[in-house]
Amino acid sequence: MSEFSLWDIAYNLLLAARWTVLLSLTAFVLGGLVGLLLLMVRTAGNPWVIRLVRGYVELFQGTPLLMQLFIVFFGLPLIGLDVSPWVAATLGLTLFTSAFLTEIWRGCVESIGKGQWEASASLGMNFTQQMRYIVLPQALRIAVPPTVGFSVQVVKGTAVASIIGFVELTKAGTMITNATYEPFTVYGCVAVMYFLICYPLSLFARHLEGKFRHVAR
Amino acid sequence: MSLVELHAIHKSFGELEVLKGIDLSIDEGQVIALIGKSGSGKSTLLRTINGLEVIDDGVIIVDGKKISDRDADLLGLRLQVGMVFQQFNLFPHYTALENVMLSPQVVKKQSKAEAKQIAEEMLAKVGLADKMMHYPDQLSGGQQQRVAIARALAMKPKVLLCDEVTSALDPELVNEVLAVVRQLAEEGMTLVMVTHEMRFAREVCDKLVFMHQGRIHETGDPEEVFSNPKTPELSSFVGGLA
Repeated sequence: MSEFSLWDIAYNLLLAARWTVLLSLTAFVLGGLVGLLLLMVRTAGNPWVIRLVRGYVELFQGTPLLMQLFIVFFGLPLIGLDVSPWVAATLGLTLFTSAFLTEIWRGCVESIGKGQWEASASLGMNFTQQMRYIVLPQALRIAVPPTVGFSVQVVKGTAVASIIGFVELTKAGTMITNATYEPFTVYGCVAVMYFLICYPLSLFARHLEGKFRHVAR
Repeated sequence: MSLVELHAIHKSFGELEVLKGIDLSIDEGQVIALIGKSGSGKSTLLRTINGLEVIDDGVIIVDGKKISDRDADLLGLRLQVGMVFQQFNLFPHYTALENVMLSPQVVKKQSKAEAKQIAEEMLAKVGLADKMMHYPDQLSGGQQQRVAIARALAMKPKVLLCDEVTSALDPELVNEVLAVVRQLAEEGMTLVMVTHEMRFAREVCDKLVFMHQGRIHETGDPEEVFSNPKTPELSSFVGGLA
């Protein structure tokens, strides 16, 4: 049996960590886009649409991410769509992320006072103009810190993609453990790598929080 | 024909009927004060004139055009009818100049240069030529309210609605805002204002409308109405102020 050095372990984990980063980024960007869309239709205010979006949010907030991934991964083939672990993981995490982000952003939009809506309406702006020039620029500043904060949850959430066979950091850790029989070392390295990705994000979120705390403009 | 005509306006908030059939016509160049106790419906009435409150029943005609609650109609209406609020409602993320420029650019599709020229003109008119680059939080309440007036004027409305524009101001800042409103009145702007500044209303307005429990209770020339109230309600309202 060949010996594995710590470097071998770390190197292979690093290779897999790229997929963790890629999956996080994809889920975050796509989830953000879907979340923004949901936010717009929700704020525009058709009662049925609002109920629908609220149901969507509750559904994804009220079930474990793992179940959501299982349902995407094993459910889609039932209707004839064969999905790879990568597609299933991206899709699942995107849905999950969009539900949370739309809810975070809804709070930010609602914190913009009624007076801003009324003033812009009385100047003849339509809904899209109000959102674009008045509400979103202000809401965005409030939204940045919690949004960056949530990105940490997305990164950690990608770990569950290992269960459906997507080889990212956690799955790579399992595979390497099976070869090396050194679970403590391997998972220790895995944990350190997650921390190295997430901690800067947390610091950044905290930094932004301080910066935007007394934001009037 | 009057510039603004309201016929049999009804409005309820849930069970509570706030406007119980209001008829009012406003001629071009007229300055009208809506007075009355809080809860009398005067602010709600004002807000129906630019569609911020949607009426349940009745007819609103502005400049010969009947207004329904269709979005296109509302946006068109708001080009004719400007509004200034009690809480200023300036956009905090824009400078004074940008606050005034935004709507001409975005809504009226004017060029940036054109919008800037109008904005500068309007800010100079309200005495804030030297504060154009200030953000709202760098301005006093009185200055903010004057920016809000300039912002409404930049859209060249036919009517300007003023909803208690001095009520949120410290006493020493009230006069600088009233001076601007007075100047507009003298220039022939059509004004409808909800106000608690009775002395100002008496001096500046052409017509006083006293509202009581969702109805227009008494109306007429300000001097006449103040010195010779015909109903006990107005009498006690005027008396309570003295």
